[in-house]
Amino acid sequence: MEYFLELFLGGLTRGSIYALIALGYTMVYGIIELINFAHGEIYMIGAFTALIVASVLTLFGLNQIAILVLASITAVIYSAAYGFTVEKIAYKPLRHAQRLSPLISAIGMSIFLQNYVLLAQTSDFLPFPSLIPDFEFWEAYSHIIGSAELVILITTTIVMILLTFLIKFTKIGKAMRATAQDRNMAMLVGVNVNQVISMTFIIGSALAAVGGVLIASHIGMINFYIGFIAGIKAFTAAVLGGIGSIPGAVLGSLVLGLTESFATGYVSSDYEDVFAFALLVLILIFRPAGILGRSTTQKV
Amino acid sequence: MNNHLRGLFITAVMVLVMIFTLTGNGLTAEMIKLGVAGAHSGDLASYGIPSVKAAKLVVEDINAKGGILGKKVEILAEDDVCKPEVATNTATKLLSQGVNVVMGHICSGATKAALGIYKDSKIICMSPSATNPALTQSGDYPNFYRTIASDDAQARLEVDFAINVLKFKKIAVLHDKGDYGKGLAEYAKAFIEKNDKAEVVLYEGVTPGAVDYSAVVQKIKRSDADAVIFGGYHPEASKIVMQMRKKKMKTIFISDDGVKDDTFIKVAQKYAEGVYATGPKDTSKNPLAIAANEAHKKEFGAEPGAFFLNAYAATQALLNAIEKAGSTEYEAVSKALRTEYVETPLGKIRFDDRGDAIGVGFSIYQVQNGVYVELK
Amino acid sequence: MIKFSEIKKSFLVSLWFMFLTFPIMVIRVNPIEKTVQWRWRNMMIIGIGSFLLSFVWRFMLERKESGQKKADVFGIHKISFIQRILQEPKIYIPLLIVTGVFAIVFPFIFSAYQTNIMITALMYVMLGLGLNIVVGLAGLLDLGYVAFYAVGAYSYALLNYHFGLGFWTVLPIGAVLGVIFGILLGFPVLRLRGDYLAIVTLGFGEIIRLILENWNEFSFGPSGIANIPRPGFFGIEFSLQSATNYIYYMMIGLTLFTIFVVNRLQNSRIGRAWMALREDEVACQAMGIDKTKTKLTAFALGATWAGMVGVIFAAKTTFINPASFTFLESAMILSIVVIGGMGSIIGVVIGALILILLPEYLRAFSDYRMMLFGAILVIMMVFRPQGIISNVRRTYKFQGKQQ
Repeated sequence: MEYFLELFLGGLTRGSIYALIALGYTMVYGIIELINFAHGEIYMIGAFTALIVASVLTLFGLNQIAILVLASITAVIYSAAYGFTVEKIAYKPLRHAQRLSPLISAIGMSIFLQNYVLLAQTSDFLPFPSLIPDFEFWEAYSHIIGSAELVILITTTIVMILLTFLIKFTKIGKAMRATAQDRNMAMLVGVNVNQVISMTFIIGSALAAVGGVLIASHIGMINFYIGFIAGIKAFTAAVLGGIGSIPGAVLGSLVLGLTESFATGYVSSDYEDVFAFALLVLILIFRPAGILGRSTTQKV
Repeated sequence: MNNHLRGLFITAVMVLVMIFTLTGNGLTAEMIKLGVAGAHSGDLASYGIPSVKAAKLVVEDINAKGGILGKKVEILAEDDVCKPEVATNTATKLLSQGVNVVMGHICSGATKAALGIYKDSKIICMSPSATNPALTQSGDYPNFYRTIASDDAQARLEVDFAINVLKFKKIAVLHDKGDYGKGLAEYAKAFIEKNDKAEVVLYEGVTPGAVDYSAVVQKIKRSDADAVIFGGYHPEASKIVMQMRKKKMKTIFISDDGVKDDTFIKVAQKYAEGVYATGPKDTSKNPLAIAANEAHKKEFGAEPGAFFLNAYAATQALLNAIEKAGSTEYEAVSKALRTEYVETPLGKIRFDDRGDAIGVGFSIYQVQNGVYVELK
Repeated sequence: MIKFSEIKKSFLVSLWFMFLTFPIMVIRVNPIEKTVQWRWRNMMIIGIGSFLLSFVWRFMLERKESGQKKADVFGIHKISFIQRILQEPKIYIPLLIVTGVFAIVFPFIFSAYQTNIMITALMYVMLGLGLNIVVGLAGLLDLGYVAFYAVGAYSYALLNYHFGLGFWTVLPIGAVLGVIFGILLGFPVLRLRGDYLAIVTLGFGEIIRLILENWNEFSFGPSGIANIPRPGFFGIEFSLQSATNYIYYMMIGLTLFTIFVVNRLQNSRIGRAWMALREDEVACQAMGIDKTKTKLTAFALGATWAGMVGVIFAAKTTFINPASFTFLESAMILSIVVIGGMGSIIGVVIGALILILLPEYLRAFSDYRMMLFGAILVIMMVFRPQGIISNVRRTYKFQGKQQ
């Protein structure tokens, strides 16, 4: 039973990281129907920025909490800035092009950003300071779930609640939903669509940065390539849940994280990813629009 | 269309054969051309670039003394990014530049792909780092030599150490699903299974770059293993060790050459303490090794990287063999490599009939107080 | 003259980029040695570089937009210079002859190395044309095309290893296995649309690679299969040089064959059905086209070429391992199709030659070549989203009395 619980919580932690990245994919897709392949790289840049800031601040001798807060805030700001810029350069001029062009542009952007970090920084793995402290009061349970994992779960939950609030009740949230439903109609009723799209990229990238900082300080090392694998997984999760749907992305991520964890725990980690993708194919066969996706009947 | 082409092709081949028999002898240049191939860019560059630097140092040294056989040595460095399909292009590029011997390639896969080309052209190739056992043991590559011991020797050492010295009964074998790591783990598993004193309680591959390894770590914990033998490189190793220690597991961690790297200790920090790793025999007391490291520091202003000494030794062995053979001709150089001893930073070495270096071996190291210490 | 507002805009852009690249470009930390290196010179370079580039960027963007507007206003499709050449028999026939002669004498003029990379480029031409059937003609986004390539490569390696079958025997077998896997993938994804299809094909590609990586008993795992024989020719043993030339001429022949078949397919009944499917699935069904059959044939025929090229790949490199069949490879082939111009055969050919030869000749910039490659993909798409040579749609004009 304890083994099951450990696997369950491990899968949940992994799932929440996927969810933070998957939200960026799903929000962007919901609005401009683009698979933003460069999104994983934004997550990587978030982690790198946090590492750089944390290292510099450590030299100045700040205390751990201050470093954690400052590094996270800088990472979020920079990731958001990168997301915003990437959209302006690589996707905005392609608003009216055929559907595959922005996709190739996104793949190009992803390769570019990876190599940009590789050249400007290093190809080696860098140790990431464990910014999340080990709580003493949690010591007794730490063999089941560590403090870092606990922080990941709690942070993700808070972020999800905030995001739901933002989408449901604020003006920009309403504008986003309107644009997702029908871009032209939204334009007609006075929504500034360009601004909404920029906002979507900024919010999505900021969420990815949160994920980047959390996971990097949990596993303790990063390199320029971490974004690619995490990005593919998160994208899979977003499609699994029904791309374009925000609760779907969260659900899909958790399902994917749990599947991987249990597949490793009870079968073999050799085929961990095979299980993940097989699950995706199976779910899409029976629900072609994902778990929570709306299956739209095509109008003629 | 196809028939037409076929006819054309036959004439083409005939013309070519003629051209090449005529010009083949005319290619003897005044320089001895040493090809240096490996990953010089991309994510594995940190394994390949030190070999170029080593070759440069050796060649500068030799040219300063007037070269060999009255000829200067020239380096042709080509990048293969450790990909087999690129390695064949690299190899043909080196051939068309008239290379005499090749020091490289770095990764086993790329080496195998390139060897097919060198073999047909009778070019000797010596790798400082390709450890795949089949390269020498299959007998397919008579033109291949290396200055590093093969994976099975390393696995044998790890298993013997775990069973005979540490007296462990239950061993978990993990690998990173890669060419190097999985090959090594396969051997380790086979050796443990042959031995009655211990059993393999877990055999798993971890996905490199996965977000975390908590599920695998739980599994190790559940298998109740005394020790983990891991085949792979230091990034995954340090992630696994750190997660194990954070879960308060005391399982002993034994790994390979890919982990016997100071970066491992610096990344895993306090968690690295007590980890065992196999690596090439300690050469820090060898005066040639000290000299080579000093020369590197003087020339490039930094500590040498991975496989530097192996590459240094390989370059020396190749050039020495050419000198002893009196020519760059394939048969003569092969014979010289197999019979003549040469003094290198790795010790006094020559090569056996399969191409493995005699005199290069592994020993066990342990992390003690933040440094790798050789266990005697 | 450059207006003041333009300068101001560029100045702001350069400020923004200096801010953006500050942590990554200027600071280099070494957490191991606990040192920080400040590289202010990089900031200056970025500042000046982005200031100048922003002018170029805006100028190009304006030119592109004004071009589009003109086309919209006058309702004419601007036919590019290259397309005009291609429509003029007086020009394209001599051009074709020159290209043909060049292709034939190529190995005699250039070294074996050049021939070798040309073979690689031709392999990608075939792969691009194969994927063009699926993506360009049928409009099905396939991100796992490399799976079929792997199937072909492994079928030759394994059949040769176990049964000693030769290259020419396995070439059709590889193609057939490609078809089988194409249909195998096609069935479950029939109901999926657009990007759902993309991710499932991506997953399929990864599954194939992971199986090859993990199932040692079957595929020899990550250490791969070595000593795969090069193609034979009635039992004649070749030297390396002539084997390279042999593969080269074989590739020229196969590429011509591919172009011929794809060209015929495009104008056939099934080709028209694909294009109809691409344009509008519902309308296409309403016209009485069997959607299932059309989609499956697209997948199957696309996979045929990948299977065949896989066999050639294995024979050319003589060594294969799963690391050659990653998602990046699929992305590369897809980029060839899109950069070249979807649905256009000549475009795909040019796209493949550029994208494969470019990194090879960029070797001089070895460190920067992948970054340049990424940047070129983005720039190409921003300024020429339709690809180098966009497919000219066949149009029929009513030549009546309409003065």
